[in-house]
Amino acid sequence: MTVDTDRDAAFLAGIAQIADEIAAANADDVDRNARFPQETFAALREQRALSALVPAEYGGAGVSFDAVAQACFELGRRCGASAMVYAMHQIQVATIVRHLDGSPWFEDYLRDLVVSQRLIASVTSEVGTGGDMSRSVAALTPGDGGMASFEKQAPTVSYGAYADDLLVTLRAHPDADAQVLVLAAKDQTTLEPTGTWDPLGMRGTCSPGYVVRATVPTEQVLGQPFPAISTESMVPISHLLWSHIWLGIATDAFDRARAFVRAAAKRAPGQPVPAAVKLSHVMTQLSLLRAEVHSSLDMWNGAADDREKLSTMAFALRMNNLKLAASEQAPVVCQQAMGVCGIVGFKNDTPFSIGRHLRDSMSASLMVANERIHQTNAQLLLIAKEV
Amino acid sequence: MTDVSFPEVREIVKEHGRLAADVETLADGDSLYEAGMTSHASVNVMLALEDAFDVEFPDEMLKRSVFESVASIAAALQQLDAPLVA
Repeated sequence: MTVDTDRDAAFLAGIAQIADEIAAANADDVDRNARFPQETFAALREQRALSALVPAEYGGAGVSFDAVAQACFELGRRCGASAMVYAMHQIQVATIVRHLDGSPWFEDYLRDLVVSQRLIASVTSEVGTGGDMSRSVAALTPGDGGMASFEKQAPTVSYGAYADDLLVTLRAHPDADAQVLVLAAKDQTTLEPTGTWDPLGMRGTCSPGYVVRATVPTEQVLGQPFPAISTESMVPISHLLWSHIWLGIATDAFDRARAFVRAAAKRAPGQPVPAAVKLSHVMTQLSLLRAEVHSSLDMWNGAADDREKLSTMAFALRMNNLKLAASEQAPVVCQQAMGVCGIVGFKNDTPFSIGRHLRDSMSASLMVANERIHQTNAQLLLIAKEV
Repeated sequence: MTDVSFPEVREIVKEHGRLAADVETLADGDSLYEAGMTSHASVNVMLALEDAFDVEFPDEMLKRSVFESVASIAAALQQLDAPLVA
């Protein structure tokens, strides 16, 4: 991986500005109304942040994966839902970049993504698969003239109504078990809503269910086999970017608790501040979360271009563990931070409010259910040597 | 150290691989995953191989490509110095 520090710094300066000035200002309204963070995405598009990961050879900014992970952290500190939409989009972009395999159609697609700042959503979950992303029911059915069509019952499609394109997991053929990823543009697709969206947290991701139907040219099928795409890119990149968001949410909860303690200390100089001791306890929990997230990113950086290493069980075990550990730890930090602030943390309209952070962080263990990942890791632990 | 033979590898795959197809209908190089071996079942195959041949697969060998076929498994065992008999 080549890191252009100037390019990364310019990108991150732009992200920090958007996070602080736009995402933060709209976060409560986005949360309260479960609405798409459109102001944040207008600003991200203006800064061409949706194509940040597209390599320079296709006209993109070609920023490093580290910088995009940092961007997810920065956005996560200000608006968890904005960060999650941004991260999910980047997962799709990274997957296409890493697996397009010389396809002229996908190369042109990336060039267009840079110009048009298209937002890509994913359609991986499916009714009847028990949450297993690698086992689709829906299949691509070949039609006339190099076209193929599908119909998929998706229980959640995050920001589906706001995306320009969908990346969809499907069986390659009605008679096949093998999976493929298919890119369907919005004008090739119909979305029939099957539910509403009024969840506890991550409300701005706007993720109701849909029946997704599309007819696409077969060149919009990503050529590489899905097990490789999933193992080498989709799963580890998802866990890395998501965990940076959760770290961002937990960090802001901690910052609010610290601001509360400082305000209390200033009100009564020289007096003991009991909440300060609680804050110290929160810091130890936050530091454990940060250490797991950062060391996992280091591990990825040491392996990202080594597809053989990425396909080992030891690597899968480690990335799965990142997801488990970070998703379990972030709500702990948020809840403890609320304990520091007391009632003003519990209330939704104070500078120390932590309700949104806690609710957003509680989605972490559900998006790809932790129990399923624990079961996978339980198997891998039987045979992996160094963990 | 036990000698590696293709029939012995096949026996372990048959017992633990939970293939949809009869392992005897597969060629040495045919994909076991395509024949229905799940990743869950592949872990049991690995454990049984370690036990039968008294070897330990290091982490860098614990990946899909190594356990793709009877031939790739036999090659991996040889690499771990389990001698091959025909």
